[in-house]
Amino acid sequence: MRHLLSAADLDLASATSILDVAEEMQQVQSRPVKKLPALRGRTVVNIFFEDSTRTRTSFEIAGKWLSADTINVSAKGSSVSKGESLRDTMLTLDAMGVDAFVIRHPSSGAAQQVAGWVKAQVINAGDGQHEHPTQALLDAYSMRHHFRSLLAERDEAPSPGSGTEFQGKKIAIVGDLLHSRVVRSNVLLQRTLGGEVVLVAPPTLLPPGVETWSCPVTSDFDAALAEADIVMMLRVQRERMAGGFFPTEREYVEGYGLTEARLAAMKPGAAICHPGPMNRGVEISSAAADAANSLVLDQVAGGVAVRMSVLYHLLGSDIGATQ
Amino acid sequence: MADPAPDTTTSELSSRVVVDGPELARSLTRMAHQILEANRGADDLVLLGIPTRGVFLARRLAALIADIEGRPVRIGELDITMYRDDLRANPTRRVGRTAIPGRIDDAVVVLVDDVLFSGRTIAAAIDALRDLGRPRAVRLAVLVDRGHRELPIAADHVGRSIQTAADERVQVRLSELDGDDAVTIGRTGGTR
Repeated sequence: MRHLLSAADLDLASATSILDVAEEMQQVQSRPVKKLPALRGRTVVNIFFEDSTRTRTSFEIAGKWLSADTINVSAKGSSVSKGESLRDTMLTLDAMGVDAFVIRHPSSGAAQQVAGWVKAQVINAGDGQHEHPTQALLDAYSMRHHFRSLLAERDEAPSPGSGTEFQGKKIAIVGDLLHSRVVRSNVLLQRTLGGEVVLVAPPTLLPPGVETWSCPVTSDFDAALAEADIVMMLRVQRERMAGGFFPTEREYVEGYGLTEARLAAMKPGAAICHPGPMNRGVEISSAAADAANSLVLDQVAGGVAVRMSVLYHLLGSDIGATQ
Repeated sequence: MADPAPDTTTSELSSRVVVDGPELARSLTRMAHQILEANRGADDLVLLGIPTRGVFLARRLAALIADIEGRPVRIGELDITMYRDDLRANPTRRVGRTAIPGRIDDAVVVLVDDVLFSGRTIAAAIDALRDLGRPRAVRLAVLVDRGHRELPIAADHVGRSIQTAADERVQVRLSELDGDDAVTIGRTGGTR
C-alpha cells in the first residue's frame, strides 16, 4: 500500500492486518523501552494545516516509537502564512527527502491532491469534511476489543484474524454527520469489515449525497438505540449552534443526546464510542461518557497503537511502497 | 524461523526425513536436561520461544523441565519481526505475538528456535531482548543447527546438528501445527 487517503483504500485483509498488528503495538506502551526499530532511518513529516492535539501527537509518538524521525510542521508560522501555495510547500518538503507525509488540511480532497504531487507516501489525517481513515481504524480497533471481550465473557474464542467480529453488528453513528469526516471513513471501513452502520441525525445535519452511501438513515435515535451494538456519538460543534442547523441546544439534547435515560435504554452489551473532544451535556451526558461501557478512553489508548500499525504497514517495507 | 505455513505437498514429494518423531522427542528431553544442568536448576530461568515453531518447542521444553524439577518454569514468546535486518527488502511481514512473563531483568533467558541457519534471527532476538530488560544471561537452544552462519552466533543447546548444502531447505514439523513430529531436508527452493 502506497498511500492511506481513504478508508476505502483498505481491503479486508489489509484492514484486519492493521488491527492485528495494532494489538502487538499496544504492548509497546507498557515496555520499559518504548521503541521498535522497524522504521529506523525513515523520515515522517506531520504537516497540519488545522489545529489538532490528539491526532498530531499520536502520529508523532507512533513514528518515534517505531524509530522514524518525525518532524511536525504547523501551518502557522510556516511559509504557508507567507502566501506559499500548498503545492509549493509540499514540493519543497518533498525535495528534502521525506519518506511520508501525515497531512491534515481543512479542504476536502487535499490529501489526495498532495499524493499526486509528491514522491513521498501520504497518510490522510483528516481532510475537511471528507475523511479521517486512521480515526475509523482506531474506532474499529476499540469496537473489536469490545466484541472480543464480550465473546471472552461467554467463553467463546474469537476466530483470530478472520475479521468476522463485525458481521451483523449494528453501529449507530449519531449527531453532526454534515461536518464530520469521521462518519464517512467509518461507513467505508465498516463496508469492508462487515458492520452495519445506521446513521442518526436531524435532517439538517445530514451530508449531501448520504442516500448514495447505502446505509439506513433515520432521525429516530431511540429506535436506532434499541438495536445498536455500538453507539458512536459525534461532537456537536458549539460554534455551529448559531448556524440554524437545530433550534436550541436543549432541543438537540432531547432528540440526539446520549442522555442518562438513553444510556439506561441501551441494549445489554452495547458500548459507547466518541472520537473526542466531547461536549459533556450536549451530545453525550457525563454519565454516558464515564459509563462502564464507554470506550472513549480505550479509543485514545488505541490511537497510538493503530497509527504505529498504519505507519508500519505503509513504511515498513520497500516492496509495496512504490505501488 | 521457518515459514509458518510450509507447502507440504511439494516438500513431502522432494524431501527426506532426517529426524523422526521419537528421535525428536529424545533430543528435546536431552536439551531439557542440558538447560537445567547448565543453569544448575530452574531458578530464574525464562524460556522465550521465537514464533512460529520456537514457541511450541519452548512449551515442550518447559513441560519437560517442569516434569524433571517438579515445578513450573516461566515461559514466553518473543517476536522479532520488527528487528529483522531484511524488513525493508521484503513485503510487509505480519507481526507475531510477544508475551514476556513478567520482568526478565537478572533472569537467565533461553531463546528457543527450531532451526539455526544464518544466525540473523537470533541476532534480531538479542536486539529485541535489549529493549525488554537486562537478563543476567541469554542462552540459545535450537532443535536443529544446520550450519552456514552469517554472523558470529552459536547455540548453547542443540538438538541435532545436520550437514546441509546452503540451498537445501530444512523443515521442522511439529504435531501442534503440522500433524506430526519430524525434521526434513529438501531441495524445494527457499533458503532453508
